[in-house]
Parts: sequence; C-alpha cells; structure tokens
Amino acid sequence: MSRLCDLSIDEVTEGIRNQHFSAEEYVSQTLERIAKIDFDIKAFVRVNTDDAIESARRIDNKIHKGEKVGYLAGITVGIKDNISTKGLRTTCASRILSDYIPPYDATVIRKLKECDAIVIGKLNLDEFAMGSTTEFSKFGPTRNPWNLDYVAGGSSGGSAAAVAAAECTASLGSDTGGSVRCPASFCSVVGFKPTYGSVSRYGLIAYSNSLEQVGPIARTVPGIIRMMNAISGADPNDDTTRTVNTPYSAEASTNRLRVALLSNLTVNAQPEVSKCIYSAMDTLSSAGCICEEISLDSLEYALASYYVIAMAEASSNLARYDNIRYGFDMDPEGYEWNSYFSKVRSNFGEEVKRRIIIGTYVLSSGYYGRYYLKAQKVRALLRREFKSLYSKYDVIIAPTMPILPFRIGEKIDDPIKIYYVDIDTVVSNLTGMPAISVPAGFSNGLPIGLQIMSDEFKEQKIFDAALLFERTAKIQVRPPL
Amino acid sequence: MISMYGPKIGLEIHCQLTGLKSKLFCSCHCNYREYTPNENICPTCTGLPGTLPLLNQTAIEKGAMVCIALKCSITNTIMFYRKNYFYLDLPKNFQLTQYNAHGITSIGVEGLLEYGQGEARIRRVQLEEDPGRLVYLNGSSSSLIDYNRAGVPLVEIVTEPDFHDPKDVRLFLNKLASIVEHLGVCDTSLEGAVRCDANISMGGSRRVEIKNVSSFGDVEKALKFEMTRQKAMLNYEMEIKGETRHWDEQRKITKQSRSKEEEQDYRYFYEPDIPAIQIDEDYLKELHSKMPELPDERKERFINYYKLTEHVSKVLIEHKDLADYFEESVKIYFAPKEISNIIVTDLMSYADDNSKKLGSTIRNIKMTPKQLAEIARMIKEGIVNRKTAKQILYEAVVSGKLITSSENEKDFRKIDDESLILQSIENVFETESLAVLDAKKNPNVANYLLGKVMELSKGRVDPGRALSLINKKLLKS
Repeated sequence: MSRLCDLSIDEVTEGIRNQHFSAEEYVSQTLERIAKIDFDIKAFVRVNTDDAIESARRIDNKIHKGEKVGYLAGITVGIKDNISTKGLRTTCASRILSDYIPPYDATVIRKLKECDAIVIGKLNLDEFAMGSTTEFSKFGPTRNPWNLDYVAGGSSGGSAAAVAAAECTASLGSDTGGSVRCPASFCSVVGFKPTYGSVSRYGLIAYSNSLEQVGPIARTVPGIIRMMNAISGADPNDDTTRTVNTPYSAEASTNRLRVALLSNLTVNAQPEVSKCIYSAMDTLSSAGCICEEISLDSLEYALASYYVIAMAEASSNLARYDNIRYGFDMDPEGYEWNSYFSKVRSNFGEEVKRRIIIGTYVLSSGYYGRYYLKAQKVRALLRREFKSLYSKYDVIIAPTMPILPFRIGEKIDDPIKIYYVDIDTVVSNLTGMPAISVPAGFSNGLPIGLQIMSDEFKEQKIFDAALLFERTAKIQVRPPL
Repeated sequence: MISMYGPKIGLEIHCQLTGLKSKLFCSCHCNYREYTPNENICPTCTGLPGTLPLLNQTAIEKGAMVCIALKCSITNTIMFYRKNYFYLDLPKNFQLTQYNAHGITSIGVEGLLEYGQGEARIRRVQLEEDPGRLVYLNGSSSSLIDYNRAGVPLVEIVTEPDFHDPKDVRLFLNKLASIVEHLGVCDTSLEGAVRCDANISMGGSRRVEIKNVSSFGDVEKALKFEMTRQKAMLNYEMEIKGETRHWDEQRKITKQSRSKEEEQDYRYFYEPDIPAIQIDEDYLKELHSKMPELPDERKERFINYYKLTEHVSKVLIEHKDLADYFEESVKIYFAPKEISNIIVTDLMSYADDNSKKLGSTIRNIKMTPKQLAEIARMIKEGIVNRKTAKQILYEAVVSGKLITSSENEKDFRKIDDESLILQSIENVFETESLAVLDAKKNPNVANYLLGKVMELSKGRVDPGRALSLINKKLLKS
C-alpha cells in the first residue's frame, strides 16, 4: 500500500469517510513527515500541531457518530503565511509582523474549515510575497524538493514545496504576478490562479490588491478543482468578488478544445523549456485539441507594466506597518513618532524596501503620468487584446517559467534578473484572467511547467484542458523523498 | 486701501454623516461618542492586515442628497482614491477619499449656495473617512489614540474663494448647517460633527490656510484675526507666506503650523478594493423624490402659510429643531404669530441671558411644544398678560412645569379689579412712606413705587394703569 502522505485529496477524503484510516492517523503521519523532512525543505514556518490533531479528532468523532462531514474532511492544508489565520501567527515572513496574531480568519480559511479541512501549518514565502524564489524570507529560503540546492520558486515557495514533498494534501498560495504558478512549475505540482474576483481576498495580506488572488496548489488537477469548489464564490467581505459557476467538474469535457500557443513566450524561453512546451502542444493535439501558434506584440510591455502597478500599490498597502497596534517588539519610549515610524520601517527586508521606494516614486506628482498611468493603459490594452483572442480560442498555452529552476543564491544580487522570470505569468494578473501551471516534464531532473490560460470566469475550460493534458502526459509529480 | 487688500476667502467644510447607522467602510457604529475609547472598532476600521473596505451604500445616498441641495451636478461614475500620508491617527496611513486628482471622481461638482444677500460657488462635494482621534495627556510627552472615530463617514464640501467678508462666511455656514440638518444627514450640535478649514488671500497675495477650527463662530473670528494680521504685514511691506496656520482656541489667534503640510505629495491613486459606483438617472430620480423639505422651501411655506414675516421665518428655519418645535406647537394650538413671537423674542432672550445659542437652547429646554401652545393660548384668550406669560415660560423652560389655571391660577391671573390694585398701592405707600415724600418732589421716584407695587402683585397688574393710580394718589395726599 502506498504511503498515506502520497494520497490525493479524493483518496484522503474517501479513506477517512469510509474509515479505512482515521483523520487522526492521517494527520499524525503528516506531522511525522513534516518533522522528518522539513528540516531539509524548510517549507513550513509554523506547524499547527495541537489544533490539527484536535480538528482531526473532531472529524473522527463525527464519523463515528454517523454525522455528515465536510467536502474536504480530514485533508491537511498548508497555508501561505500571508493569509490570516485566527489565533495563529501570520508574519508574511517579515520581521515587521513577527508578533502579529490575526483576530480573524480569512474567508478562504473559514471556508476550508467549514469543509472540515485541517490547517496543518503556515508556509514560507518571500517577504510580503515580493519575490520569485522564496529567498527573501526572514526564515531563510525554501529548498526545491527535486534538488535541495535549487530554489523552489516563489513567492509561494513553501506552498509548492510542501505539496511536492507530500508534507500536506494541498496548500493555499497567493498569486500577484505568478507567485502560485512559478513555484508550482519549479516543484512539479499543479498551481492555479483564479479569475480576479472569483476567490475572496478578505484576510489575504495585500501586496498588490488589483492584481492578486488566493490560489490552490495540489498534486493533481482534480485536487485543484476540489479546492476551488471549496474556496471560490462571492464574499460579502470582499466587494470585488463575484458569484461563480461552481461546482467545477473534474470530468474532462469531450468538446474539441481550440488551443493557441503564445510563441512570444517560447521564443524567449530557455531551449529545454521551449522544447517541452512544443511537445506538450503535440500531446494536446494527439488528445484531440485543435492547436495553432500565435504571437502578440503588446506582451513586450507586460512585465514593466506589472512591476509599476504592483510596486505602486505595494507602497501604499505596506504603509500601515508602523508598529502602533500590532507588529513586533520595539519600545517606543524616547522616540518622537516620526522617528519611531522610520526606525520601525527600517525592519523591512531589502527587496520590500526597494519596491516601496520605486512604488512611491512612480506615484509621485510629475511621475504619475509617465509611469503609473502608462502602466494602466498597457493593462487595458492587454485586456482588450486577450478578450479578442478568446473569441477564437478556448485556451492559450505557454511556458509557466521561461527558465529551469536555478541554484539558491544564483540571482539574488540582481533584482532585474529575478523580475525577469515573471515574464510569462504577469499577463494573467494584468488581465485578471485565470491561469494554471501543470507539470509538463523534466530537464536534467529539474521540473518544467505548462501554463494554460483562459478568459475570465472560464476556469472550467482551463480545467478541461489541464485534465486532458494530465491524463494523457502522465508526468511524475512526486520527488523521491 | 481696503479694496486693494480685499480678501478672498474659500472654505473646506467637513461634515460627519451622523445620521447613518454604520461607518463608511465597516459595520461599526457611526455614533462613536457613546463608547469608551477603542470599543467601537473592528479589524477593518483599525486597518488590520488583510481587511477590505466595504462601502456603505447609504453614505452614497446621503452624499448625493447634499449635492442636490447644493445644486451640484452629480458624477455618474464615482470612485475612491487613496490619499497617502503618515500620521498617528490614520490606521492605514492613507485616507480613503474622492479628491478629483485624476478626472472627476467626487460625487458632486460645480454647485451653488445662496445665503443672505450673497452666494458662493461649490467646487466639489466628496465622501471620505474620518481618522482616529489623538488624546494628549497633560504633563506627559506621550499621547493616546482612540480609533472609535476612525472610518466615520464625512462629506467634504469645498467652496470657491467667493467670500470677501468673514461675516458672509458665518451666514453661509449657518445656512449650510441648516441644510444638512434638514436633510437629516448631520446633527451639527454634536461636538466635532462639523469642522471648517478656511483659506484666505489678501489683494492677490499668497494663500494662507487656517485649520483646526472647531466651531462655526470661531471661523469668523479666525478669519478676522488673519485679515488684521495680513493687513498689518502688507502695511509694513512684509511678504505673506503661503502657509498653513492653526487656530488657537484659547488665545483666539492663528499660529503657524510646525509641519509643512502644503509641500506634501499625497500620491493619490484609485482604490482597487472599492469597485467604481455607477449613479444612473433612475437612481437620481428616486433620490429627488426622497428629498426632504429644504430650509428655503420651508421658509417660503412659513411666510405663505403661517403668514410669518421674512425675518421671523428666517430665524426659525436657521435651526431645524427650532422650526420643528414651532410647527409641533402650532399643530396643537394654531396661533403661528403668537408662538413664533414667543420663540423669537422671549426664548431668544432666555438664551441670551444664559449666553447660549437659540439652536442649542431649544434642544435642552424642558418645556414641551404642547406647553408652549398652552402659553400662547392663555395670551390669546387674555388669561395672562405678556409679562406673566414670560414668567410662566421661563418656569416651564427650566422645570418643565407649566404653572397654569389649576393650582396657582390666582397667582398668575391679571388683576383687573381696581379696588385690588388700590389695595396694593395702599400697602406700598404705608411701607415706603419716605419714598412717598420724595415722590412728591421728584416724579421719577413714582417709578420706584410702581416697581414695589408690581413686586407685591407679582406683576399681575397692568403697569400703565397702576402708575396713573399712583400719581393720582400722590396728588391727593
């Protein structure tokens, strides 16, 4: 029999409901596994041991009494440490929030708990989700389970690595410019960025609020679908959410999908990556899809537009961290308030400071029109162009990452190089449209991800294509750990 | 000289929407004044990480009503912007507001308000959130922060620099206060519910902003002080700096602010967490039908229906409570002239005696409109004279008791019987024999005797009649 920790979401909920194993057994094994291997991976920043066992016992009790249990009963979900969990420290991997314990649950956490999912712990990230490698964390970098010398991707590096290393059934990340898809690609798991407004952001600690969404990571596409059925939908606490057409189906549609490969993104990719994506297109064709190649000139401006908007919003979103009501231990005695603010805010990490400074600059009078306004125009243009593409195609495919995972520390001294790796993912955040990364293959033992995108609120089309690809391509998603 | 230095004054009024139940972006109570510090708060209004603003739709409605009353055109797409600056009382270190930094996004623009003889153009009307409140401790270098107020909805009304005299500013503000009261959006009597900043430039010199003025009366004083200061500076050919000054309530002067607020770059940008709100024709039509009677319309009605004078009507409608009190009273006993006269003269003099304003007086008196109606009836029916009526009024105002016919009737009825009046006079002549001697030589002393008679009869005799009886008696004796 395979290890419990390797089971998919469907298998875990089935197993627990049919009493093949108890939720407590499953959680205990998960906790043992974390204790055994996370010292190497460093995906978890906090393990919710006591609460998790208690929740598992509650679920087992319900089952013994013959009561109904939730849709995700007994699965263990790791949570990126920028999603608020009531009573459980939430730090954004920042010194500035090292003592912050939220008094409320994010909507996605509440929904997971209502489905009887178990919050197993909090996962590592780049400080305030700013980064693509999970190296900018006050806890240190998360390592890639496929090769511990390599980055796990980011900013939801902990979320992807933990799922890949079977330290939890599934996880939540957040995707502002690719932060779910990038580490999913680097760790060979499935990561999904929903349409802007389909999952509540209430409780997600904002980095760039017009771009980001909470997104699930799982080892299979049906796992993602199940997670999405649990967390998506209109939320009275988030005015930007909308009603969505759930439940999503995990039965692949028999319709012939019209697929376009965005060649701008393969041209610029590392040859190994590019090759892998073309072979993925062949796989889809062989499975009955109608595939062709397209290119889009305006993509050239996407990355710059993304960073201008993200940094501008970040500079304002992070202004609230003044350590007055919450934060970390620093005695205000003897400070005049302005100098206290400065002293407090010097505790941000280098990358966060860089983004706050650039963001402040692009919003300043005299520069607003030159940068922020232009970026918004690019954004509107991209949205129009993608809208028209989706009148011709069901989904668009591309690499998730232009390069293979790289060594820890390799790019840390050159911010531009790190910004550049987001080039394939940011466009979906700018347009607000959904995108998934599914494992597409390996090169030298390092994972490559296929990105599948679609029109807003057309998540089902993405799932259809991803299910088809997953079932046809059969790519390995568990590292030998 | 004066015209060359003629001032141009503009105003920025912040008016809390106290008529709402909840704050602008969360469900905490709008009426924060009843709470102990930091009790009326939630994760959203204290800006905890991950919280999102949820726009109070009623605030949009009330804001739009203010716009209609100020004849503003209402924007069809309204948006919220972040005004970024660091301050202790600001939970998020940005304020959500609507400033038209990038196109028109405020709820209303380009309005007009007529007051007294003048009029002022309204530049914009916008919704925004109030910050928290700083409490400074005496003898301590630290201060406390109370977030109960944080997120309370404000409507900001900005005028063009159309005032040339601080007196007009006061007239304008009184009119505005009456309007927001009639709309039911703001209880202007609550401390801090209306605040006013002013800007003034003399004869084309640079603009000086005056902040921290907490009452409308002080706005006029602050502006007068500032005009005097600036005129003096111009006379000495000193340059007037464009700056922000604070009104020192105790010393009644303006002082230069330490911070250089005018140099601040607020980096306004659109708040993505609040989707843009569309205001369509249907919404506006419905709103127009819901508009309550405004002060000008009410004044016209008072003149036409109750046949009151322009002046009396104006005094009454200046405070909604006063006009309401009047109308309630009239409903009980239809004597609009008598009732309005009592309010405008007797009640006003009561307020003056207690150095209070008529508007705040009407809220605090114990007399009910029904009692006022009763007093008017007694006057009308000749049961009491005006002087007695005034005493009854004062008593009712203070104690809430109307001393009428039943138990003390005799004490208050007018004394018509001449023999009774003569009896009083007799008594006075006996006790005041020395004064009586004086009065024979000096006619003014007769008035002293009259006073004594009035005192003895508790004011129930007609003074003219009593005086002639006194004079007659003096001649006789």
